[in-house]
Amino acid sequence: MNEMALLLAATLNAGTVLAIAGLGLLINERAGIVNLGAEGMMLVAAIAGFATAVHTGSDVLAFAAGMGAGLVMALAFGVLVIWLNTNQYATGLALSLFGAGFSAFVGISYTQQRIGDRMQFAVPYLADLPFVGPGLFRHHPLVYLTVLGALGLAWFLYRSRAGLVLRAVGESPESAHALGYPVRRIRLLAVLSGGALCGLAGAYLSVIYTPLWVEGMVAGKGWIALALTTFATWRPARVLLGAYLFGGVTMLQFHLQGEGVQIPSQWLSMLPYLSTIVVLVLISRNPNFIRVNMPASLGKPFFPGA
Amino acid sequence: MAPIYPTESTMTVSKRTLLKTAGLAAAVALAGCGKKEEAAAPAAASAPASAAAAKPAPLKIAFAYVGPVGDGGWTFAHDNGRKAVEKEFGDKVVTSFVEKVPEAADAERVFRDMVGQGNTLVFGTTFGYMEPMLKVAADTPAVKFEHATGYKTAENMRTYDSRTYEGAYMAGVIAGGMTKTNVLGVVGSIPIPEVIRNINSFTLGAQSVNPKVKTKVVWVNEWFNPPKETEAATSLINGGADVLMQNTDSAAVLKTAQDKGKRAFGWDSDMSAYGPKAHLASAVINWGPYYVKATRDALEGKWATGKSWWGVKEGSIDIVSIADDVPAEIKAKVGTVKAGLADGSFAIWKGPIVDNTGKEQLAKDAVADDAFLGGVKFYVKGVDGKVPGDK
Amino acid sequence: MLRLEARPQPSKALSIASPLIALAITVVVGVLLFALLGKDPVKGLQAFFVEPVKSGYALSELSVKAVPLVLIALGLAVCFRSNVWNIGAEGQFVVGALAAGWVAMQAGPGTAWMGRGIVPIILLAGVLGGMAWAAVVALLRDRFNANEILVSLMLVYVADMLLAYLVYGPWKDPQGYNFPQTITFDAVTKIPRLVTGLRMNIGVLIALVAVAGLWAFLFRSYRGFALQVGGLAPAAARYAGFSSRRALWTALLISGGLAGLAGGLEAAGPLGQLTPYVPAGYGFAAIIVAFVGRLHPVGIVFSAVLMSMFYIGGELAQSRLGLPKALTGVFQGLLLFALLACDTLIHYRIRVGAKGAAQ
Repeated sequence: MNEMALLLAATLNAGTVLAIAGLGLLINERAGIVNLGAEGMMLVAAIAGFATAVHTGSDVLAFAAGMGAGLVMALAFGVLVIWLNTNQYATGLALSLFGAGFSAFVGISYTQQRIGDRMQFAVPYLADLPFVGPGLFRHHPLVYLTVLGALGLAWFLYRSRAGLVLRAVGESPESAHALGYPVRRIRLLAVLSGGALCGLAGAYLSVIYTPLWVEGMVAGKGWIALALTTFATWRPARVLLGAYLFGGVTMLQFHLQGEGVQIPSQWLSMLPYLSTIVVLVLISRNPNFIRVNMPASLGKPFFPGA
Repeated sequence: MAPIYPTESTMTVSKRTLLKTAGLAAAVALAGCGKKEEAAAPAAASAPASAAAAKPAPLKIAFAYVGPVGDGGWTFAHDNGRKAVEKEFGDKVVTSFVEKVPEAADAERVFRDMVGQGNTLVFGTTFGYMEPMLKVAADTPAVKFEHATGYKTAENMRTYDSRTYEGAYMAGVIAGGMTKTNVLGVVGSIPIPEVIRNINSFTLGAQSVNPKVKTKVVWVNEWFNPPKETEAATSLINGGADVLMQNTDSAAVLKTAQDKGKRAFGWDSDMSAYGPKAHLASAVINWGPYYVKATRDALEGKWATGKSWWGVKEGSIDIVSIADDVPAEIKAKVGTVKAGLADGSFAIWKGPIVDNTGKEQLAKDAVADDAFLGGVKFYVKGVDGKVPGDK
Repeated sequence: MLRLEARPQPSKALSIASPLIALAITVVVGVLLFALLGKDPVKGLQAFFVEPVKSGYALSELSVKAVPLVLIALGLAVCFRSNVWNIGAEGQFVVGALAAGWVAMQAGPGTAWMGRGIVPIILLAGVLGGMAWAAVVALLRDRFNANEILVSLMLVYVADMLLAYLVYGPWKDPQGYNFPQTITFDAVTKIPRLVTGLRMNIGVLIALVAVAGLWAFLFRSYRGFALQVGGLAPAAARYAGFSSRRALWTALLISGGLAGLAGGLEAAGPLGQLTPYVPAGYGFAAIIVAFVGRLHPVGIVFSAVLMSMFYIGGELAQSRLGLPKALTGVFQGLLLFALLACDTLIHYRIRVGAKGAAQ
């Protein structure tokens, strides 16, 4: 029983990285922009966060540094895509490739560094409950903040005026423009917020999840986060669920191995990726379903006055 | 909508210009071809030249590493070996290295380039360099190649390896004495015989002081992937293991153990700084003694092909930084084992050894020879699961 | 305040100059980086731009790297021109290598009658393997509307794991001491070399044929025209009766086939066996090659050569100057970034002046 509780805990932990990045990408995509550079942003943020943690010993500063790094990269992406109208997919890919190389380059001298012991957390009283105690209440504050963040984002999108405007921009930038909204600035804000959140996810990875730096350590989580937004049909709460699902599949793979399950470990390693495909197929099946849920201008450039 | 690529109309002009540039580029390339550059076999030319000089030119030695020098594990240990060679021979040698050389077609080019740069002693520090090294060795008979952890040799290529299983055994002794749950965990890298052997030796060592222990194994299928190693370690701890061992190259497992209040070992290099509270000991490899010997062979013209497999006896394997809270009798046992390995009186792989399906693999009092050890494909009794890839 | 003003017509001069400007920017940043790291910038530039082309051997090594890039990028060019975003060429490369490798492993006394004839079969297997993997993406997009970017990308990881499974398991060399690798392929399966002693093989010829073939397809054939119209103006294409479904399948099968061919050439050529290290990142680098080559077959040849110079130069810079290998990735990403930015200049002019309309 305890082992299941620990598996649950590990799932939440693994899922948090994906959730934070996924929520950031959600904001992007709600404004109509696809940022394929998530992986690159997370990598640069991871080294920025780790380096800051090494030099200052402060986790909070490390998170800030990560968010800052994500912000800067998103800014470059945003200017290119929103003002210079470069192709979103190509620019995002360029960001990913550049981020991979740049983070590897900057991180060379940090490969052997270490940061202090990670703090242990426990919610008073609740952490001692059987099963749910170790499962749900012994996590880093960011895990809980992520849940709150998802709920907050849902409120923002569906209950606030600003959220409505954001969604309008994503559905039809031309109409929003005609109504007098500063479409490009709104899109830029969305891209920047998305970048900051991806940065936070990257910093969490290198400072809390695996407090070490190694090049390429994001290992595809950025791409999975991208898949998450489609999986979640662009709704924050579903992003959260999807993230935990994928986190769970990743941990499950090792759990099954440890139990001596006789499936070759490579098939188990395929599970997260195969599940992503299955889920994508399931939700895309109905074109109406997608059309109702997907921001209509996703991936398309916007030309004011065109 | 602006197209992302030039349409035919904009391409007509550029096509012409492209062809012009093509012509220029081709001319430049041909001019380059005209120069007589050394291609793949300059070693023959450089060796007599250096012999003829009044003071022999320093021996140029090159190392190819699969990982980054800063990995704190496998490659770090090799680089320390290289530094030992520099320290020992001073200006009689000039060493250089290339790190992160992939174990694929690119490796051949790197080795050829090393030869082309005048290196006459080349070390390849991972299994995956075997085929590329063989190819280059065949083309450059005057250059000596040393391949780690492989099994194919040639007239000018030999293999070397370290008996990491000895370090694993000694770690196992400590693990057996320290575990409270009697469940040990191993984060496995790639299921090759060396790693299987290490898992088995670790278990045998633990069983020698605590027959009740059980070992669980989880494979990450890579040598170096800290986030995955963390997840694997977490899953082992969740499954009840309170002492962890690894065959992977980073300190992630140790750090995870520290975070969760469990114990673990360092691997390949001394990792005590990464997790001081969790660290029980580090099973390290000292490549220095072998590298110094190989260099001396080359310098004195005594280099000959063969296979070397060095362990505690030759100074290649050691267990260091044993934690203070390890009980005295365990420390003493480790000391005895180490001494026994050093003088050859103690054999780890001595029968009866039964695998985890009940089949006897080594009869009573039989001592395994290197051939047996090289092909270990089974788990000993006490290890959970089945060796991956075993049909 | 700078603002962008649309040009009445795309600037021809800048469509040629743009890649060169991007390259120049990358070189300038490179020189700065070298100086920052305390290395001689001239030697650094030499390692990247001179050494990889200075001898027959160097050119042959360049071709070994450039051929797979050209092949894959050609296929990607067809895809991107049709607005099909195949990001999973790496996976198609791996499956092509698997298929080709499987055929190569069957070579033995039983196939001796074929002699060297087994080589075309190996390459054909590679093509079919890559096509099959791309067909999965096409099928899922065709039947279920699943986004091809995500599906093709996930399939890359699946392909990598499939390779690992086969190489650790059923296809493992029984004489190989349980190491994860297949048998070394029989000598008869080796892709014929062009010059003895050098690694350059007929892949170069195949690539050149592919360049010519795809140029003809894209710019001289009806089908190619239909594909591109579909990519540029889907509504117009539908009106003209061009089937977007056919475009999807054509684009993916061509690019999968080419990526698979590259995989087969790699497996039966420089590698000579299958190992877990077959995925070399060509599928992703080819994306940059395709864009820098302006999605044009001839441009792709040049950009593939340039990209290969970055790869090899990065290795050489490391062994000659001690520069970190990570620089290669930095330069490649930077080149693409700079190119995308410079490309705007083809369609827009920069004007200094008061702000015009809103934003």
